[in-house]
Amino acid sequence: MRRRTIFPNKVLPYALLAPQLAVTVVFFFWPAAQAIVQSMLRQDPFGLSTAFVGLENFVTVLTDPFYLQTLRVTFVFSAAVVLLAMATGLLLATTADKEIRGASVYKTLLIWPYAIAPAVSASLWLFIFHPTIGIVGRALIRHGIPWDYTLNGTHALVLVILAAAWNRVAYNFIFFLAGLQSIPRSVLEAAAVDGATSRQRFWRVVFPLLSPTTFFLLVVNVIYAFFDTFGIVHALTRGGPGKATETLIYKVYVDGVINLDLGGSSAQSVILLLVVIALTALQFRYIERRVAY
Amino acid sequence: MRLRRRLRHWQAHLILLAGVALFAFPVYVALVGSTHDLGTVARGEMGLRPGPYAVKNYTQAFTTGSGERIRGAPVRLMMRNSLIMALAIPTGKILISLLSAFAVVFFEFPLRMFFFWMIFVTLMLPVEVRIIPTYKVVADLGMIDTFAGLTVPLIASATATLIFRQFFLTIPDELVDAAKVDGAGPMRFFWSILLPLSSTTTAALFVILFIYGWNQYLWPLLVTTSQEMTTVVIGITRMIGTGEALVDWPIIMATTIMAMLPPVVVVILMQRWFVKGLTETEK
Repeated sequence: MRRRTIFPNKVLPYALLAPQLAVTVVFFFWPAAQAIVQSMLRQDPFGLSTAFVGLENFVTVLTDPFYLQTLRVTFVFSAAVVLLAMATGLLLATTADKEIRGASVYKTLLIWPYAIAPAVSASLWLFIFHPTIGIVGRALIRHGIPWDYTLNGTHALVLVILAAAWNRVAYNFIFFLAGLQSIPRSVLEAAAVDGATSRQRFWRVVFPLLSPTTFFLLVVNVIYAFFDTFGIVHALTRGGPGKATETLIYKVYVDGVINLDLGGSSAQSVILLLVVIALTALQFRYIERRVAY
Repeated sequence: MRLRRRLRHWQAHLILLAGVALFAFPVYVALVGSTHDLGTVARGEMGLRPGPYAVKNYTQAFTTGSGERIRGAPVRLMMRNSLIMALAIPTGKILISLLSAFAVVFFEFPLRMFFFWMIFVTLMLPVEVRIIPTYKVVADLGMIDTFAGLTVPLIASATATLIFRQFFLTIPDELVDAAKVDGAGPMRFFWSILLPLSSTTTAALFVILFIYGWNQYLWPLLVTTSQEMTTVVIGITRMIGTGEALVDWPIIMATTIMAMLPPVVVVILMQRWFVKGLTETEK
């Protein structure tokens, strides 16, 4: 795609592009290249000696039982967060899309949680589910459930999932609502005239028309669950107890920043990088509504 | 028939109210928590009614950030840092993106598409993925614990460029021709015509990037080491520590409430632009 009318300057466009290119090269391409190089080196923690080891770091990472455990945790965590946040978002959006009184007030009251930082939502949930001071945590114990997310891995995972999903519902609500509002009313009316019940209208007409939005949300929610939940895990559980809530991105941080295993951490980064590229490619392939560049 | 419709409306209200309550409940509990003294909260005696210590707790959190059991940075200072970050990121991103999108759309020059793709691929990689090498670059440049180190690496991304490019492509050629006939050079055209036309898109992007900047976590956690540079989102986690019952929860909750106030207020006040920015940025 290009314009007919352009300005004839020869040097100016380079000057205009320079700031963005400079920032991109220094803070994007250079570190990305470093990550790839680093992933093929072995370095002692003090950086005194380095050796090229090819794909050894990848082999080490992928055969490490701890990494596989992290992979499993990430999978359970992401699947639960995505499912919970998308289902709730869809339910609220379809309801808010109905012609009821005060719909716009509801919309406002349902979108603001988007603005809350994941780490802040972790703090809120911690305060509620704390076993000794939390209002819900205490209630659970009173009802005979030995709730303690600091000791019980399953409890910790549940808490992290709840906090992460809660933080994400508003986002999905906004997109589902936008998707619903782009469905022409006439289509729905035609289905109603044909005698379709509201349930049939939803599953046969609305849901298929909503599928590009759903697919888009699926991809970005997975990316959210993979990366943006770092703050939640860090604030709530630090990956513990044991490694029950250690997700892939958290392990990159722990191995790279705390354990100073730069090779292993970089190899993990590169693996994550491939995951994101695959997800993005998938998204581009299947979403035609996305503008073609 | 009418009865059934009314019933269905009731059901809709019920679902939406449940949603609203689900969102509001944790915040309400935090609000209550921020109005009690440490003893009440630590003994697990806090109920759902506000206590009498609101003023004391908020003042303490805001001015010193320290309680009986924690030594934090004052919220005042941390909020200032967060605000600088949340303003610098959108400003920087929007500035460089306006210029680069202008270059790509309104000029014809060798390697144009190559540069465009160079910017475009950055879309695929969140900073989290290349976090450690990026940290190293920032350290080598001596930018640890500076606002530049905190913000500039997060400015490098393609989203804003793509949005502006999309928008610029919709500007009719006639308008550009008219400007040229009137003797306007490219920068004159940029200032007097393009910028005013982009104001809605810019506002939408600004809102969405403000929240993005305010809520950053992993990056400031790595790049700031001194207490003077802590952002408020990080500050909360530092105060919580390992989450013992005797940590000063009322102060922490007061901080939590203050930390979420600016982005939430921005979203509520700028709702229209925020939704536009969000749905257009990501689609």
